[in-house]
Amino acid sequence: MKKTYKVEVDCANCAAKMEEAVKATKGVKDAVLSFMTLKLKVEFEEGAQPDEVMKEALANCKKVEDDCEIFL
Amino acid sequence: MNKKQKNVLFRIIVSTVLIISVSVLCELVELPVFVKVICYLVPYFVIGYDILKKAWKGILNRQVFDENFLMAVATIGAVLLGEFKEGVAVMLFYQIGELFQSCAVGKSRKSIAALMDIRPDYANVLVDGKLTKVEPDDVEIGTEIIVNPGERVPIDGVIVEGNTTLNTSALTGESVPREALLGDEVISGCINMTGTITVKTSKEFGDSTVAKILDLVENSSMKKSRSENFITRFAKYYTPAVCYGALALAVLPPVVNMLFGNGAQWQVWIIRALTFLVISCPCALVISIPLSFFGGIGCASANGILVKGSNYLEALADTKYIVFDKTGTLTKGVFEVSGQFAADGFTKEELLYYAAYAESGSSHPISLSLKNAFGRELNLENVRDITEIAGHGVSTVVDGKTVFAGNARLMEKEHIKITEQHDGGTVVYVAVDGVYAGCITISDVVKPASKNAIAKLKENGIKQTIMLTGDAKRTADKVAAEIGVDVVKSELLPADKVTEVENLLEMKGKKENLAFVGDGINDAPVLSRADIGIAMGALGSDAAIEAADIVLMDDNPEKISLAMKISVKTLGIVRQNIVLALVVKAVCLILGAFGIANMWIAIFADVGVMVLAVLNATRALRIKTA
Repeated sequence: MKKTYKVEVDCANCAAKMEEAVKATKGVKDAVLSFMTLKLKVEFEEGAQPDEVMKEALANCKKVEDDCEIFL
Repeated sequence: MNKKQKNVLFRIIVSTVLIISVSVLCELVELPVFVKVICYLVPYFVIGYDILKKAWKGILNRQVFDENFLMAVATIGAVLLGEFKEGVAVMLFYQIGELFQSCAVGKSRKSIAALMDIRPDYANVLVDGKLTKVEPDDVEIGTEIIVNPGERVPIDGVIVEGNTTLNTSALTGESVPREALLGDEVISGCINMTGTITVKTSKEFGDSTVAKILDLVENSSMKKSRSENFITRFAKYYTPAVCYGALALAVLPPVVNMLFGNGAQWQVWIIRALTFLVISCPCALVISIPLSFFGGIGCASANGILVKGSNYLEALADTKYIVFDKTGTLTKGVFEVSGQFAADGFTKEELLYYAAYAESGSSHPISLSLKNAFGRELNLENVRDITEIAGHGVSTVVDGKTVFAGNARLMEKEHIKITEQHDGGTVVYVAVDGVYAGCITISDVVKPASKNAIAKLKENGIKQTIMLTGDAKRTADKVAAEIGVDVVKSELLPADKVTEVENLLEMKGKKENLAFVGDGINDAPVLSRADIGIAMGALGSDAAIEAADIVLMDDNPEKISLAMKISVKTLGIVRQNIVLALVVKAVCLILGAFGIANMWIAIFADVGVMVLAVLNATRALRIKTA
C-alpha cells in the first residue's frame, strides 16, 4: 500500500535525513521524500498499519531533525 | 514570507540594532569585562536561541554533527576566547544566510507551482435553479456544469449547450485557441474564452485530465535522477569523512606540537576544526540538483511537455537514436485527398464530383475524405442505385450516368482502360458511362512540422532517425524521403515493431539512449521497451499518459527537440552546480585547515554557495524555448 503525506522541513539535507529515517522505520518498505514538493510517499509492508507506522516514523524523524513535521 | 521567516527577520533586525548599540557603547565607555559579556549575550540569545536549542536536542538524540551543533560550538567557542563581537556576528550572519536561502527556495517553489497552476477551484452547478459554486471533487458523473467565459473547465465532459473557443495553452503550450461546439468533448484545464457552455461531465474530477496531469507532474520529482542518487550516496560518505577530518585537525596538530615540545595551541586548531565543519555542510549540493530538475520539468510542462521523472529528463540528453511510429506521429493519421489525376475530357472538379457522389452512401474513411475534399453539401437526390461491390468499390447512378468508383480490379472487371497510378496511398479510379474519368489518390498526410522536426533533431546531435510503419514499402519510402528520416522499416506487424526496437537497443552504445515516439495507440509495448517512451497528441488519451515516460500534449513532433534542449540545459545547470559547490567547498576546506579561511569565509562557503546554487537552479525554469 502507498500513501502520500505533506511534510514540513527547512533544508534539503534534513529532508534527505528524514527520508532515511522513514525508510528505516519498521513496516515501511520504501519511502521517497521530495524536498521540492514537500511530499512524502511511503510504501508500507504488507499488513502494516499505516497510522501506527507513521507515528513511529515521525518520532524517528524528530530524532534526526528536530524541526520537521509530517502531517498525518 | 511565511510566519517562520518573518519571525527570523524580526529577530535579525532586533539583534543587529542591539549589536551595533552595544559595540558603540563599548567604544565610548570602558566597561568591566563581565558587563561587556552580558551586553553581547543579549543579542546572541535573541538571534541564536533556536540554534542552541536544536543543537542541544541533537546531542540528546545522538545526532551531534549537524549544522546547529557546529554553529553553537563555533560561536560559543568564539565568545569563550574573548571574541564577543565576532561570536554574535557569525550567528547573525548565519541566520541571514539561512533566511535568504529559505526565501529563495520558497520563491522557486512558488514560481514552479504557478507554471503548473491549472487546478480549477470550483465548478458551477445548478442547484434548485440557482447557480452554485461547488468543489470539483464533489461533482458526480453526469452532472451538468456551467462554464462561463474566463473560467477554467473543471471536469472532462461533453458540451450539451452552447459553442465557444477554448484556450488550451496551459495544457499544450499551444497558443491558438480551439473551437468547441455543441456535442464536442471538452477537457478540463482549458480556459473558456468566448461563450457560456453547459457541460455534462463524463468523469469524476480525480479521473479528469487536469487531475491526472497535476498528479503526474507533482510526482515527477519522486523519480530521482542518476545525479541525485549520486549526490545522496556521496553525502553519505562525505559527511562522516569530513567530521573525522575535523576531529583529526583539532587533535593531531596540537599533539604533534606537544611531542616536539612546542606549545600545543589547542585554541587555534579547535577553531580551525570548527571552521572546517561549518564549510562542510552538503546542503548546497543536496538541494540544487533536485531543484534544477524540478525547474526543468516545470519549464517543460509550461510548453505542453510532461516529463514523468527527473531520470527521464536526464536520459533524454543522451538520446542518440529516435524511432518514430509513422501514423499519427509523423503523419496526421487522417486520410486526405493527396492527388487528382483527370483523364482527357474531364476536369478535376468533375472527377471529384463523381467520386464524392459515388461514395456518398459510405462512411468509410476514404469516402469521408472524398466528401471533405469535395467540400460542398451533397444533394442525395442526384444519386440512386448505390451498390457496393465487396473488395472492388461501388457502382451507382449519378445524374443519370452510370459511375464506377473503386480499385484497379473493378476497372478490369468492367473492361475499362485505365492509366495506373503509383503515387503511394490508396487510389480510387472513376469511370463515367464506361469511360475512364481519372483517378484520385488518398493518403495519410505528413504533418507540416515533421520535416522541420527531423532536421532540428539532427542539429541536436541525434545519430539516426528511424521510421517504423505497417504501410506498404512504396508509401513508406515516399513519406520518409519527404520528411528526411534516415532509415525506414515498412510492412511491419505490431509485434515486429518491438523486435525492431529490441535490435536497435542491442546495437546502440552503452551510454546512448533510444527514444520511441508513438501516438500511444497500439504501441504501449514499444513505448515501455525503449529507453524513453514518448507519446504525442496525448491530450485526452489516458492510455498514452499511462504508457509513456514523456508525454507531448499536442501532436507537434517539433516538441521533441524542444524537450531535448530543455534536458541538455537542465543537465548543464546541474553540472555547474555540482562543480561550483564542490570546488568552493574544497578550496575553503583547504584554506580552513591551514587557518587562512576564517569563520566568515566558512559561512560564505556554506550558505553563500547554497544561495548561488539555488539561484542558478531556478534558471532551469526560464530556459528559452523559442
